[in-house]
Amino acid sequence: MSSRGTIVYGGSDASDEVHDVIREENFLVEAHGKEPRLVGRRAVLRTALGAGGVAAFAARGDAWAEAGPNTVIGLQDWMTTPGRGTGSAPYGLPSHFESAVVRSLTEHTPTDLSAWSFTPLDRLTGIITPNGLVYERHHAGIPDIDPKKHRLAIHGLVERPLVLTMDDLLRLPAVSRIYFLECAGNGYTEVVQMPRSRTAQFSHGLLSCCEWTGIPLGTILDEAGVRPEARWILAEGADAAAMARSIPIEKALDDTLVVYAQNGEMLRPEQGYPIRLLVPGWEGNLSIKWLRRLELGAQPWHTRDETSKYTDLMPDGTVRQFTFVMEAKSVITRPSGGHHLRAHGFHEISGLAWSGRGRVTAVDVSTDGGRTWHRARLDEPVLSKALTRFRSPWRWDGAAALLQSRAIDETGYVQPTREQLIAVRGTNSEDHFNAIHTWRVSENGEVSNALIQA
Amino acid sequence: MRSFRRRPLTAGAAVIAISVAAGQSAMPQDDKGFGIGQRVSEAELQLWNIDVGIDGAGLPPGEGSVQAGKAIYETKCVACHGAEGLGQPMDRLAGGQGTLKSAKPVKTIGSYWPYATTVFDYVRRAMPLDRPQSLSPDEVYALTAYLLHLNGIVESNAIMNAQTLPMVRMPNRAAFRSDPRPDAANSACQTDCR
Repeated sequence: MSSRGTIVYGGSDASDEVHDVIREENFLVEAHGKEPRLVGRRAVLRTALGAGGVAAFAARGDAWAEAGPNTVIGLQDWMTTPGRGTGSAPYGLPSHFESAVVRSLTEHTPTDLSAWSFTPLDRLTGIITPNGLVYERHHAGIPDIDPKKHRLAIHGLVERPLVLTMDDLLRLPAVSRIYFLECAGNGYTEVVQMPRSRTAQFSHGLLSCCEWTGIPLGTILDEAGVRPEARWILAEGADAAAMARSIPIEKALDDTLVVYAQNGEMLRPEQGYPIRLLVPGWEGNLSIKWLRRLELGAQPWHTRDETSKYTDLMPDGTVRQFTFVMEAKSVITRPSGGHHLRAHGFHEISGLAWSGRGRVTAVDVSTDGGRTWHRARLDEPVLSKALTRFRSPWRWDGAAALLQSRAIDETGYVQPTREQLIAVRGTNSEDHFNAIHTWRVSENGEVSNALIQA
Repeated sequence: MRSFRRRPLTAGAAVIAISVAAGQSAMPQDDKGFGIGQRVSEAELQLWNIDVGIDGAGLPPGEGSVQAGKAIYETKCVACHGAEGLGQPMDRLAGGQGTLKSAKPVKTIGSYWPYATTVFDYVRRAMPLDRPQSLSPDEVYALTAYLLHLNGIVESNAIMNAQTLPMVRMPNRAAFRSDPRPDAANSACQTDCR
């Protein structure tokens, strides 16, 4: 990074109107030497909205600041009147005060049949994504599949072509594993797009993590008897896109699962009910939802979604194909874009780190834009190919700060900077983007997306 | 963790391996593994087995011409993909050759796709978006011929069928590479890093 580097800030996602929003556009800071300096700024204040739509993070501060302790510590209606009856919510929902914690749909597609929605990472904690908040990517809508009519076929280069019912699958020995699922395109807004995503939900929210329950794919393949010449498997969905991807046999037999449950209950329709493939650590598109067919073959099929899509165009015009693994990556989720620090002093920095190659071994956090780094604490459990929660103490002195996190995985791979990644891959490829991300905390405590350009 | 089993286990071995992995007691072994599921024939799977290999495996009987494809395109495709495949509101399908190294690459069938068989496979399985798998094999061959012609890859009198389609050489075929990652090296520098 040269001493004449420029830092560009910006961000907006118009669909996210949850809490007070400071939109900063054309927000420029020049770095002279090592001290960032504000040179221009236009801020637009949007108002807060609605009923109970305030994140707990902000709400707690509001209560003390606006109501004062004497008002808060008093007899409230809920202390003097019985609440609603036991069992009044047979399938429970979050408090209505949390009604703003929802998936948000992209604005970048012309139809909601082929579109994606983002997990609100900036409003969640821990490593498990609640089932209703797992990100979505569908290519022809969400099918409503009757499990009694659903079948899984295994054929091609096998000794015994088989068709299995859901009852058949539920009889087989099952396992439960915690794995992240990340869309290949997670972070596409951070490559070149302007304005950039305002929140971690839109910048990193094509990412979720669940406990998945199902059958090792190898168990099912052994039941059919894989022929020695089989090298690839075509996995195909029962949706109207008949989504199909080729998967190497080694991965299929290593840790790939056919799952029917997530976080203890049957899969949600958005996640492939009644069964989906779960290919740990690899781009989400391979984890075929609504799985209906597995065909074994000697070579890949080169389907639309492994040629035209989910491939990486390099600056020299070459195209990387079968770029399956999601490399080590991390993001600070708190504080993050759209949050507002309302007091100087102690704030815990917290976020998520993950690697498709295995375990996260360390996460470093910087509050000065990457000049100095401090090793973060990792919350247990730290699992292979699962989200890992990191935490780092921080005292905010009221000066502008640039927050970054950097993941290191068990292979020794260190999450690269944006400059390092773009130097190799250019900006024509939006998939598999795993660069270090920057949030800027302004002097008044507002947190926004920041881009440090060399 | 990484047990790259290159060859199928015998059914009995599979039972043992799974039982150990799942921490369960050994199960009765027999020649049929778990004995789960029903045998199925390729004929019974015909309606689902719609994939096409790059060698043409899976292509059905039938054929279609550029002219027939143009007529179908202008009825069933143009609303989403624009006149002559130029796109809007959905993906652009034609043109863009020579743009892939530029700052604004135009990725289309002609400029980007490595195999012509993929056009048939994708149109048959997923198009049109509102009525997938409604097109006959002849219609899919015709649309494939028209889309290849729009991209200057086949002549206006071309006929696509199970013999001709796999022979079509796509212009960008040689650009495709395998995954070279990890490709970007960072260090875990702790102080005075920038």
